[in-house]
Amino acid sequence: MMRGLLAFAALFVAVLGKETYEGLMKAICVFFQLDFWRGVTDVATPVDVRVPFHSLQSVKIYLETQDIVYSIMIEDLQVMLDYEQEEMESAARVAEPRNTDSYDYSRYHPINEIYSFQDMLVAENPNMVSKIVIGQSYQGRPLNVLKFSTGGTNRPAIWIDTGIHSREWVTQASGTWFAKKIVTDYGRDPALTAILNKMDIFLEIVTNPDGYYYTHNSNRMWRKTRKPNPGSSCVGVDPNRNWDAGFGGPGASRNPCSETYHGPSAHSESEVRSIVDFVKSHGNFKSFVSIHSYSQMLLYPYGYTKTPVRDQNELHNLAKKAITDLASLYGTRYRYGSIINTIYQASGGTIDWTYNQGIKYSYTFELRDTGRYGFILPANQIIPTATETWLALMAIMDHTYKNPY
Amino acid sequence: MMSVRIIVVLAVLTGVTGSPNVMIKPEADMSAHPNSVPETVEETEIFGQQNVPVLVGEEAEEDVMATGELNPNHYPAQRAAKVVQHYLNTRYGSPYRLFGLQRVNSGNAEDVADSGRKYQLEVTVQEIIGNTTEKCSAEVLFPRGERQGSAQVQASSWEELLKNDTEAQEEALYQEYKMNQSLVTAQNLPDSYGHIEPDMKPLWHLGFVASSFVMLNESTENTLYNMAQVANVTQLPTENDQLKFDYHILLHEMVSQEIIHWKLLFTWSPPEGVKVLQMEQLPHCHHCEKPPNTN
Repeated sequence: MMRGLLAFAALFVAVLGKETYEGLMKAICVFFQLDFWRGVTDVATPVDVRVPFHSLQSVKIYLETQDIVYSIMIEDLQVMLDYEQEEMESAARVAEPRNTDSYDYSRYHPINEIYSFQDMLVAENPNMVSKIVIGQSYQGRPLNVLKFSTGGTNRPAIWIDTGIHSREWVTQASGTWFAKKIVTDYGRDPALTAILNKMDIFLEIVTNPDGYYYTHNSNRMWRKTRKPNPGSSCVGVDPNRNWDAGFGGPGASRNPCSETYHGPSAHSESEVRSIVDFVKSHGNFKSFVSIHSYSQMLLYPYGYTKTPVRDQNELHNLAKKAITDLASLYGTRYRYGSIINTIYQASGGTIDWTYNQGIKYSYTFELRDTGRYGFILPANQIIPTATETWLALMAIMDHTYKNPY
Repeated sequence: MMSVRIIVVLAVLTGVTGSPNVMIKPEADMSAHPNSVPETVEETEIFGQQNVPVLVGEEAEEDVMATGELNPNHYPAQRAAKVVQHYLNTRYGSPYRLFGLQRVNSGNAEDVADSGRKYQLEVTVQEIIGNTTEKCSAEVLFPRGERQGSAQVQASSWEELLKNDTEAQEEALYQEYKMNQSLVTAQNLPDSYGHIEPDMKPLWHLGFVASSFVMLNESTENTLYNMAQVANVTQLPTENDQLKFDYHILLHEMVSQEIIHWKLLFTWSPPEGVKVLQMEQLPHCHHCEKPPNTN
């Protein structure tokens, strides 16, 4: 672009009459490609002009020969613009948090800010937190999992995921809060410290990144992945109907346009497949918690069948303890039970698969609220939701830790 | 079979047949105390048809269409109870009075020959804006077979819940919108972040009430509706002393997880309440995504 010397001149209309001056200005304007920033008004008021570099000498000479007084207000406009641009960029950088202590947990963040958060958390806690990229979304976004570990090799582990359904924004926001909570409480909270001294925690915050991006830029109510479906104008697969547990049975749709479309085959979605592969190769997960919103429920398997799980009693009682702990903070009421009894029949669901893999303590949360705001939960409820949910998570993790199998 | 289809019911508003039964007298709800631990219902019910005692901590196998005494925490009773919420909002809702289902305390279902299925429920209802709760009884009949039409609800008189005096606020709002130089418009209540401008809240509440007519109409034993968002509000010229509005609302249906778009034309005034003139479901356009309102 034209980076030349641009001068800004103030012309005093002291000598000439207004009409003559106007005529004169019009002529030289065109000839010299002048850009009037303050046009002609009356004889007593100056005129401000931006002069392109190539005309500068000629304009100066012309004004002098016409006895038109001028003064230069800005020597080089480009320099000024460059400086202003730099100022703006640096201001924008300041608005982004520099560390996880200045990150605003009470706001919803776009995907790039959550990714930055993850990197900052790892950088600040190199001895405890690492980031594992378990795969890529359909559109090529990284599927990041934070690993919280105090050592050992392939310790028994707990899995938590949030945001598998992208419109459930309070879950990704809570996941971010959980990540910070873990590093904050280790060494301070006896229960969590004991757990982390023997077990690892894996946390996937943005489990459906393509969907999450889409909810920010196109459709706030988007739920599924963003993979196109051949032969259909409808996009996406429900990642919570895509698991290999009763896949394709009642409780999911085979219509690609449906919000509960199960996909062409089990684990067809990379967002799901990546977790499946990771869990299988790890081989030592003892608890698996998948977090959704809304409805205020704590659910255990199964969703695809009425047959109770073998560990029904234990899971039911643990759920009861967890939601009691949750309610102790703000009185938030949760219902609990198996998926199929409490909410609806759903096939191909996450925790049905994980339970069948032998991960006994498999739970799904449905966070706040019960329908008043639904998916669009006000941001001022993020921290209360995360805080109360954490108590339930601790109950589950604690029980898992104390009941090895 | 849970390959879920939303049963689209004719948009015929059916009134409550007969006068509402006066049921059990409402009691003050003690469980609203902030420090109380919520009672969890012990799983010791004996389910009607099976007569199998249920041990604490276990859930007996239920038929999909449970009959007899219902587990109040399971979805059959919950879905029926939600219909009661919609009913109350259509009857008594206003920009300053909204009802929410807080809890199902007990429930019972039976088939009624040639009619459908009738649910009897004990519920706790909350008046959301005034934050009061009340325990009450209701009956919900879902028509079956030959009969078409929406669910029919009978409920006890909710005197306690109506006690909050909203008259002055409603009148003030009414006058303000009637006298406005320019007709009000609004979009995305709440916005993507759950935010609503304080002076837009009454419009959001009004959307709640109006959409409850749709939700009441559309509800079946296989659905659970909530209003997800008010996409657009257009105030139309006042007619016959009634404020008139055109709303585009998004409903969320829990079982199918679908977001369903509806257009609603309705009037409101303090004495008349909300009266829906037209309601129309909009087709789901898979291509027309527009950027959500950002703050």
